[in-house]
Amino acid sequence: MANPKEKVCERVYLTFPKELVREPVVCWLAKKFDITFNIRGSTVTAEMGLVALEIDGERQEVNRAVEWLKEKGVIVEPIEKNVIE
Amino acid sequence: MSFVKGLECRECGQKYPKEPLHVCETCFGPLEVVYDYDRIKKSISREGILSRPKNLWRYRELLPIDGEPRAGLYSGFTPLVRADRLAEVFGVKELYIKDDSVNHPTFSYKDRVVSVAISKAIEFGFDTVSCASTGNLANAVAAHAAKAGLNCYVFIPDGLEQGKIIGSAIYGPRTVAIKGNYDDVNRLCSEIADKYGWAFVNVNLRPYYAEGAKTHGFEVAEQLGWKLPRHIVVASAGGTILPKIAKAFKELKQVGLVEDGECRIYSAQASGCAPIIQALKRGTDLISPVKPNTIASSIAIGNPADGYYVLQAVKESGGWGESVTDAEILDAIKLLARTEGIFTEPAGGTEVAVTRKLIQQGRIPRDESIVISVTGNGYKTLEVVAKSVEQPFTIKANLKDFDELYLELNQPSPGKAVASEG
Repeated sequence: MANPKEKVCERVYLTFPKELVREPVVCWLAKKFDITFNIRGSTVTAEMGLVALEIDGERQEVNRAVEWLKEKGVIVEPIEKNVIE
Repeated sequence: MSFVKGLECRECGQKYPKEPLHVCETCFGPLEVVYDYDRIKKSISREGILSRPKNLWRYRELLPIDGEPRAGLYSGFTPLVRADRLAEVFGVKELYIKDDSVNHPTFSYKDRVVSVAISKAIEFGFDTVSCASTGNLANAVAAHAAKAGLNCYVFIPDGLEQGKIIGSAIYGPRTVAIKGNYDDVNRLCSEIADKYGWAFVNVNLRPYYAEGAKTHGFEVAEQLGWKLPRHIVVASAGGTILPKIAKAFKELKQVGLVEDGECRIYSAQASGCAPIIQALKRGTDLISPVKPNTIASSIAIGNPADGYYVLQAVKESGGWGESVTDAEILDAIKLLARTEGIFTEPAGGTEVAVTRKLIQQGRIPRDESIVISVTGNGYKTLEVVAKSVEQPFTIKANLKDFDELYLELNQPSPGKAVASEG
């Protein structure tokens, strides 16, 4: 079992569907969770948003943040996107 | 002798050394192998290539290894079949099938990329190779790892059909089924690749792995007499092969193996998973992820990592793309089998059906050379066509019964004729 307090650094791509483009999701992410993150790249249009993010924090908190993003409707993927081929 | 200068980020251009790296530390863009083409041009020749064994390493100057090839010595150099009977149905003049359904040893184009990845893994000193796959990639990694004597871990989503597991398990890898959806499997595999220091062929070796796909394009040009076809149709899943065929054609001209000529490249997807084609038709570079729902499972990737680069390569070449329904894919599998004697899986059916559609639309002219890249083998996906082929006629063991059946079968039937669409 992974240690929930272990410090991890997760690199993810977030895909925001059209409905979420105008929502301040990344701002809420910063306020709701005890994590630090760094935006490494982003493209946002009226149709969708793509954000490359590096998230640092305790494993449990990073996992909670990722789950929350998914619940909001954001697609969260590793930066490799589709590893399964 | 190596002609590789290093790796370079495709997005920001930052340079990296030849190491098992795959993303840019600054912008997370994918890394690409960069070659010294001036030196390659002085060293490579058609005669030199023709004197080498018929495998994918005949183009070794344009592949990212430093020493001798260590895997895939029998992979590649698949037939380029002149498809006159299929051409007649489509009403076109010059049609070819690049038949990777008979690639050695696991019957798909993945033998190309995995040959290069495993060779590079041995050069880097890895003793364990790995991948996450539902089919063709796992087959190739497990087989090539067995031949090379490497440890192998294959990750699959839990609940995968038994048939797909056996095709890899026979080679003796450790197979790990992961509970959860595809997103969960992707995240875990990315983490495992990072933590365990293995050669995860399509993760940390991805820049080298993907280069193997160029050999499909090199071979097409060589087999056409060092010429590019005017049109080539390729299926897109994660988006590896299409941009690499475009790169292969550019490189052949750059190093003087092909004099000139332009090839339009077309992307083929199943309608049940067509994020690239949807973006192409919307006129955007941003690909909206989709939930796959198609029989073409080997190309059902809802958010293709290299989808953006597929769009770029298609547009740069002046090509286009189309998607086809599962029914059209099934028809095309049967049509290819019945006209050319080639049995492909749904990915190949997609390529044939999309070619047909693009010809009918006038996107591909009928009087120019066309290549269809068939990337996988139908014997791996028998269940897909099982219900749509004729069942056997059962008779008693006497000649009279057969005589009657023969008469019945040879009644004139207008539906049997194959009509030309030209």
